[in-house]
Amino acid sequence: MVKSVLAAAAVFLLLGAAAYASFFIAPTDAKQGLIYRILFLHVASAWTGLTAFFISFVANLLYVWRRQPRWDWLGVSAAEVGLAFTTVVLVTGPIWAHPVWGIWWTWSPRLTSTFVLWLLYVSFLLLRTLIEEPERRALLSSLFGIFAFIDVPLVFGSIRWWRDQHPQPVVMGEPGSGLDPLMYKVLFFSWFAMLALMTLLIRQRFRVEAMRGDLETMQREMEAA
Amino acid sequence: MSLLSNTAVLLGKEIRTEYRSRELLTITIVFILIVMFMFSITFQPTSDESRRIGPGLLWVAFLFAASLMLQHCFLREQHNDTLSALRLSVSDPFAILLAKLAANTLFLLLTELFLLPIFALMYNVPVVRVLHWLALAFFLGSLGISIAGTALSAISAQARMRELLLPVLMLPLLTPILIVSTEVTKSLLDRAPYVQWKGIGFLGVFDLIFLTALWLFGEYLLEE
Amino acid sequence: MTLPAFAPIGLRFENIDKRYGGLLALRGISLSIAPGECVVFAGRNGSGKTTLLRIAARLVRPSRGSLSFSGKSEGAEESEVRPGFVAHATMVYDELSAEENLLLFAKLQDVPHPKNRVETLLQEVGLAERRSSLVRTFSRGMRQRVAIARALLHEPAILLFDEPATGLDPQGVAWLAEAIRRLRDSGCTILMSLHGESEISSLGTRAIRLDAGSVAADTRTGATFRSILTFADA
Repeated sequence: MVKSVLAAAAVFLLLGAAAYASFFIAPTDAKQGLIYRILFLHVASAWTGLTAFFISFVANLLYVWRRQPRWDWLGVSAAEVGLAFTTVVLVTGPIWAHPVWGIWWTWSPRLTSTFVLWLLYVSFLLLRTLIEEPERRALLSSLFGIFAFIDVPLVFGSIRWWRDQHPQPVVMGEPGSGLDPLMYKVLFFSWFAMLALMTLLIRQRFRVEAMRGDLETMQREMEAA
Repeated sequence: MSLLSNTAVLLGKEIRTEYRSRELLTITIVFILIVMFMFSITFQPTSDESRRIGPGLLWVAFLFAASLMLQHCFLREQHNDTLSALRLSVSDPFAILLAKLAANTLFLLLTELFLLPIFALMYNVPVVRVLHWLALAFFLGSLGISIAGTALSAISAQARMRELLLPVLMLPLLTPILIVSTEVTKSLLDRAPYVQWKGIGFLGVFDLIFLTALWLFGEYLLEE
Repeated sequence: MTLPAFAPIGLRFENIDKRYGGLLALRGISLSIAPGECVVFAGRNGSGKTTLLRIAARLVRPSRGSLSFSGKSEGAEESEVRPGFVAHATMVYDELSAEENLLLFAKLQDVPHPKNRVETLLQEVGLAERRSSLVRTFSRGMRQRVAIARALLHEPAILLFDEPATGLDPQGVAWLAEAIRRLRDSGCTILMSLHGESEISSLGTRAIRLDAGSVAADTRTGATFRSILTFADA
């Protein structure tokens, strides 16, 4: 109990430090002014979302191999947390784009790829709601999760290639756009803080899922008797 | 007993079964025609616009059609539990998946090649001089759609709401195919047509990666 | 039936559990079935009979425990043993003819001289005249005969029947009983799940009752045949 409170406190401190760094340590950008600082949230969330999906992918592989429920619990927890971070990316995208270019959405590589990623993992969660039997649900969603993650580099690759044919407004922080070295440091620090938050969230969600799994098992046992 | 001979036997079965009823191919062709007509009527593209947006519309139509056509794939094996009979009979369960994806690719290609002249007419694009390259692009794209679609069809057949679920699972996953196939087709239909080798290569890589994944995980897809 | 040329094979279930979510369909089943035995499984719906047979057919993986075969020929792999399986579903394609169905499965299983084997089986199950008719046009009894022919294509040493008499008229049941009798007499190991007493249950050399996933009674350990079968629907 004490450990959880300490862990949560540590995470919030880190996040606070990252926010401070974003506003006060990172240098000002001549062209975009204040709004560019949302990059630290936007890009770090994207990287964190991907990390969470990678964890889900590994959990999916482990479930298919070992068939232990805890891998299924980890898989869904990491996917949900990943989806939350991915949503942040999609929400901060327009918030950033509008003051800078006057448009709400740009088909920049990051935003486009993130949107597809978002759809894939929404489908993952949706699939789970449509299968009742726990072991089938775990196996089939793990298999879909594996295919979905394998698709991720292909999605990113194809969108980049397409972007090369059809140049789009370059959003800061996109691969290829230069960033000040100090900005990179703040960005990596932000990512680190987000990873801490991600870990905390996944652990909490995992606990809930474990309890739900046990409850479901008990319910089914009772129904069968 | 070998993988290839089992696959060949099963492929024969898939083709013969479809040939008997011809329902699937007919309905798929009609569906794509309807979709193409709807696009045409709402956009009414000029000749230049056709070259620009036509390929995209064509591949979107193919994807919609595939996501309907592939429903059937494993649902028909649930009837009379023939999937169990197949699992009992073959030495390598991958043969079942390989045969189905080969059949699906074939059916998709047949519908596409049938529709190509109609597309060329409706959208005023010249296809004859680049026909062999188009066939290659269509083949690689359709193969990718079939590989992923066959795997996802095995998954959705075991879930509720499978008619809507399969498109929901398939379409985001096939985004790379949509993007790249459209680009490759577009450059082939350009005023000065050229082959996008990078695109063709990409499609090949997609197909190889997903085929490998299907080989590695296929037997779990068929598990009871 | 043509006498299969094989050495009889037995099965052993060791501590088999099968779990579906919270439900334990089978709990700790340990049974040893001697080569050539004809075992009747009785029990209420949901007692685990179908699950046990599907595990024996290797269609379903047990959650725990193992299945092994005894008496197989030297050098033969565990995985090469293929029981013949006749379930409630026919497991054949409605849109293909009887002959096409059997040829398909014969070729998949590498049956030597498939055309001859299919012809022989069609004669034996009495469907030679309807060989080119689509299975869709067959009655329940005829479909059952195609299913049995399919199961026998590769001359299995073990046969599994899951409630095979369901939906059959008295003539069909009589035919089935005769077919099973001949298979039993030729040395096949047979496992059947049945509901209650019938011509077919009397073919058994051993009976086992399953209750809620466990073995409740076994003629090998003293229970009588009749008591096992008549409690089935209690």
